[in-house]
Amino acid sequence: MTGRSTYHDYHPRWLRPRMSTYWWLGRRPYVVFILREISSVFVAWFVLYLLMLVRAVSRGAGAYGDFLDWSARPAVLLLNLVSAFFIVFHGITWLSLAPKAMVVQLRGKRVPPALIAGANYAALVVASVLVAWLLLGGR
Amino acid sequence: MDVARYRPEESEDVTFDRFEVPYPKEWVVLDGLNYVKDQLDGTVSYRWSCRMGVCGSCGMTVNGEPKLTCATFLADYAPGPVRVEPLRNFPVIRDLVVEIGDFMRKLASVKPWIIRGEEKPVSAGEYLQTPDELDAYKQYSMCINCMLCYSACPIYGLEPTFIGPAAIALAQRYNLDSRDEGTEERLDILSQHEGIWGCTFVGECTEVCPKHVDPAGAIQRYKLTASMAWLKSFVVPRGAGRKEEAAGAEQ
Repeated sequence: MTGRSTYHDYHPRWLRPRMSTYWWLGRRPYVVFILREISSVFVAWFVLYLLMLVRAVSRGAGAYGDFLDWSARPAVLLLNLVSAFFIVFHGITWLSLAPKAMVVQLRGKRVPPALIAGANYAALVVASVLVAWLLLGGR
Repeated sequence: MDVARYRPEESEDVTFDRFEVPYPKEWVVLDGLNYVKDQLDGTVSYRWSCRMGVCGSCGMTVNGEPKLTCATFLADYAPGPVRVEPLRNFPVIRDLVVEIGDFMRKLASVKPWIIRGEEKPVSAGEYLQTPDELDAYKQYSMCINCMLCYSACPIYGLEPTFIGPAAIALAQRYNLDSRDEGTEERLDILSQHEGIWGCTFVGECTEVCPKHVDPAGAIQRYKLTASMAWLKSFVVPRGAGRKEEAAGAEQ
């Protein structure tokens, strides 16, 4: 053989497929995940709505009446209905997450995840009943 | 069976080759691939080793789902065709073979081994552990590094710097081990943005895990641990009690 052989590392060209912007449309769990993420926007809207309500109340009966009229508009009503759906969705997925993060040991045994989720739901029901009682029972 | 082919010397894109394979009820997708390589086309490249769900080599995307091909029965997809692709979110080297160096580096970065402040001499005997102490981490120790969780994780796909499900679950496996004293060392790595906080809890890692490790659960638990450690770092004077809190928050 004449001359010198030159050697170099052979590095195959890797294929790096990019993730599509619509990656989440392919599988149901991904769609649910994206909906759960989007629900935070509606949670933020409800917080804003509540603050607007508080401001209207603080400005007297006239402003409160105007706020109620504004809230009765179809567009606002629709937005609030959609928001209510997402709030419930957000709440359910959040409470179902709880046993994943909380691993409680009781007398050396792990408390079953269903019990932790159940306790969270029970607390939600108790809090809701309490609020309902404060609002409605006071009359 | 539709098999994804990537031949870097011939084409820049993935193509699919269709093969006719038998599917007796005991055949898994990996048997189908072995039949193809043996009888039809010897150039098909893929990884496998134990064919019994232990080695974690044969993870591929089967009909869009990350699966261990040794535990996925062909008959379940009859009459087919079943579509076999490489694991998603990893660079493809050839056909069904992906480049796993990124995962291996991340795995090592979380120090998945028992860290002791001071090693006992061998003559002092083994580190003893009760069955309850074993149960605390046993689930996370079942991980076989098959990377199906990385393939299912859109966060890893979108942000490749994310440490990822299996590495965090394995860090947690050692954090929860009563013999280990390395929790604090791992906290610095895991509590970065690329660590646990990259996770937005899609939860698919847990769904696809063939060993029921529940990496999503491990990450959420660790978020709680890291938050408590962070909170305590404000309440407790600097330096004092850091060791105890890191260990204590795990309980």
